Amino acid sequence: MTKTKANPTLKAKSGISKSAVTNLSRRTFFKRMGVGVASCVMLSDIVMGEMLAADAADSLAAWIHVSDTGRITVFSGKAEVGQNIRTSLTQVLAEELFVSVDDIDLILSDTMRTPYDRGTTGSRTTPQMVPLLRRAAATVREILLETAAESWNLEKQSLDLERGTIAHPSNGKKLSYADLVSGKKLLRDVDSSAPLVPVEQWRIAGTSVPKINGRDFITGRHKYASDMTLPGMVYGKILRSPAVGAELIEIDTSEAERMPGVQVVKDGSFIGVTARDSSTAQVALALIQAKWRHSEQPSRSNLFEHLVSKSKNSPSPKNGVEKAFTQSSIQLEQEFLIDYIAHVPLEPRVGMAEWKGDKLTVWTGTQKPFGVQEDLSNEFGISKGNVRVIMPDTGSGYGGKHTAEAGVEAARLAKAVGKPVKVSWTREEEFKWAYLRPSGVIRVKCAGTDSGGLSSWEIYNFNSGGSGIESPYEVDTKHHQYISSDPPLRQGSYRALASTANTFAMESQMSDMADLLSMDSLDFRLKYLKNERLSNVLVAATEKFGWKRSKAPGSGYGLGCGTVKGGFVASCAEVEVDVATGEVSITRIVTAFECGAIINPRHLESQITGCVLQGLGGALFEAIEFEQGVVTNASLSSYRVPRFKDVPVIETVLVNRPDLPSAGSGETPIIGVAPAIRNAIADACGVKINRLPMLPDGRLPRV
Amino acid sequence: MKINVNGKELTIDVTANPSLLEALREQLDLTGTKYGCGEGACGACKVLVNGTPLPACITPAVTVQGKKVITIEGLETNGELHPVQQAFLEVDAFQCAYCAPGMIINAVALLEKNSNPTKQEIVDAMNGNICRCCTYPQIVEAIYQAGKQLA
Repeated sequence: MTKTKANPTLKAKSGISKSAVTNLSRRTFFKRMGVGVASCVMLSDIVMGEMLAADAADSLAAWIHVSDTGRITVFSGKAEVGQNIRTSLTQVLAEELFVSVDDIDLILSDTMRTPYDRGTTGSRTTPQMVPLLRRAAATVREILLETAAESWNLEKQSLDLERGTIAHPSNGKKLSYADLVSGKKLLRDVDSSAPLVPVEQWRIAGTSVPKINGRDFITGRHKYASDMTLPGMVYGKILRSPAVGAELIEIDTSEAERMPGVQVVKDGSFIGVTARDSSTAQVALALIQAKWRHSEQPSRSNLFEHLVSKSKNSPSPKNGVEKAFTQSSIQLEQEFLIDYIAHVPLEPRVGMAEWKGDKLTVWTGTQKPFGVQEDLSNEFGISKGNVRVIMPDTGSGYGGKHTAEAGVEAARLAKAVGKPVKVSWTREEEFKWAYLRPSGVIRVKCAGTDSGGLSSWEIYNFNSGGSGIESPYEVDTKHHQYISSDPPLRQGSYRALASTANTFAMESQMSDMADLLSMDSLDFRLKYLKNERLSNVLVAATEKFGWKRSKAPGSGYGLGCGTVKGGFVASCAEVEVDVATGEVSITRIVTAFECGAIINPRHLESQITGCVLQGLGGALFEAIEFEQGVVTNASLSSYRVPRFKDVPVIETVLVNRPDLPSAGSGETPIIGVAPAIRNAIADACGVKINRLPMLPDGRLPRV
Repeated sequence: MKINVNGKELTIDVTANPSLLEALREQLDLTGTKYGCGEGACGACKVLVNGTPLPACITPAVTVQGKKVITIEGLETNGELHPVQQAFLEVDAFQCAYCAPGMIINAVALLEKNSNPTKQEIVDAMNGNICRCCTYPQIVEAIYQAGKQLA
């Protein structure tokens, strides 16, 4: 370890030199935490181009505290929704602090206890938090080393570290972190020059540490927000409108009000009930007579016409692209249709709220606890300081839990009835009133020359989004455009956003273009890829898959690749098509993924497997059906998600790059699977399915 | 009404005709059993009733009178994990793990009938349980390992 000098102030990347410590009252900090040695990280060190509301209290991003028992507590506003960041972040902390993962308590997502965080989205936890936490942990470790060095009157680099103790080089004496911290109240900014353990020397990070608290989850002991209760709590239900755009015109709640123990809350169009158990609340809700005025709404049958006709703009190709297209000898123009799909987190939305005077506490499963805090503060006109949002590790999100609905509903009911209230959404409510992955119409135009050149590339996405719309291939003239529309259903974020749809369209087009130019679709891609990291995963996946193997009759191979959010993925699919019956079976999917230095190989493999199989659902059969603004398959018996029997042979190749910073893995691996399957079907039988989902009934569409 | 859960005689109030799931979660604080769909389609709420895995969300509590109910909380004996739980822990199969209790209950029932199933038999028996994080291959592996242990 090199010698370092403690740096009293952190140099902020934004150019604003501002000490985190000066913004934090030392007295308050140590009153809350107890004596110890601590280090904190400022938000300005994270923020690169992202502007955040940063008043003094909000300017901290994370802090680490070592107590006089040697216990280490780390605070971050990130959310654990099953991506296993609790484990990966603890690993990198343990690595720098020379302790076991068991010595660390990582406190996440509690607006009172943890620093502000914008939300756990966009695969940002790993690239944002890992470097920060490593540096903060290294700062603390260096403080401890300095303290030991002082007490022995030695140079700190002569000391040895091992699981929470510092050893004297010659006399065999040891000082534990607890000894070193005893009686101290030392709080410092992160020292940006504190040396990090090099990735090649990682002993804890980089290994498959099992899920932290794994035992609590397999024994049923972990309390998700939906499992929590409070003394005197009642269960709440909300009256939902029957369709998008329906307006409440008449309501009779008298029967519900007559039920013993039931309270009805009416506040404009917000109508809810509470009862001492959820079955009573459900009955009370059913007894409410409501009349609604419906308005004309789109249906699935006219969804795609609607998206194009209501679009806010028209395709406006940049000069040059059109010319290059018309002048080329080989032209290909296709349209891809993308249905709405739902996240279906197995734990539906839930909020539990308690008021004490004008102070509100809400427990909820969310990817944005501080966003929920802000919504609650706006809803009730109280300061954010009076709103505490706590998020226990949650039953998944996939981008579907960015919003505050259940928390706000519980808080409104709790305020009205004067008791703590829990509102748990049903699966039907989740399907109908949460938000969906946007539907879309994607048009791709490209042209090639007889010599095998790709001369123009255009892509227009109506409604589904601009994420991942940029082609990774080198083409002389390119143009991409996202065109927003008037979505008929509530839509929002989803794992990898629109990259899945855009990659489906682009990678389908690439394979079809390779066919037109009589080139192998792997060679064609490699020819136009200048991005080495993407080429590498493409090669890794196709090697593992055996891309150039001969094929049995009726079978086909396809591939799809792309890069978003700092990750690089390539998937290969093998399918078998029975041309007589039209039946298609997906037999094998091989995925290679690279996201820099791997922190936990086992959990990375789970993320990739999960992405591929969730992607398989959207590729093959998931679709929201709706009629006049009403979702008509709002149940798990009618909306099909992947099950055990849908799982083909799944193989993953983890491409480790210890020389590169770690990126997230929860989204990118989803994007290659749909085009890989689509291209494999086309390879097997020539049928090109330019629509997601491709095989809602397991058979080729009738042409 | 008297109800036997995890070997204990307990009392629940059935006047509002709760489902077994509601009675377990709201009256007995046995929250390991989860709500996922409310129609017996996802397996998150599975419990053993006289050894058979049933979706508690569509089982009226009154129908289990006189029967023995085992929930996820009842699988450990003297602090020792059930071999299926142990295998899930060792394989490190879960992401959000919300489906875990239902998966484990269903796997326990499978292994009671067929202590050393093939992977295909596991897939067939587990198809009623949804893992939305889709770590299905890892779950199959865990049950397969548990089977090897029990055989």
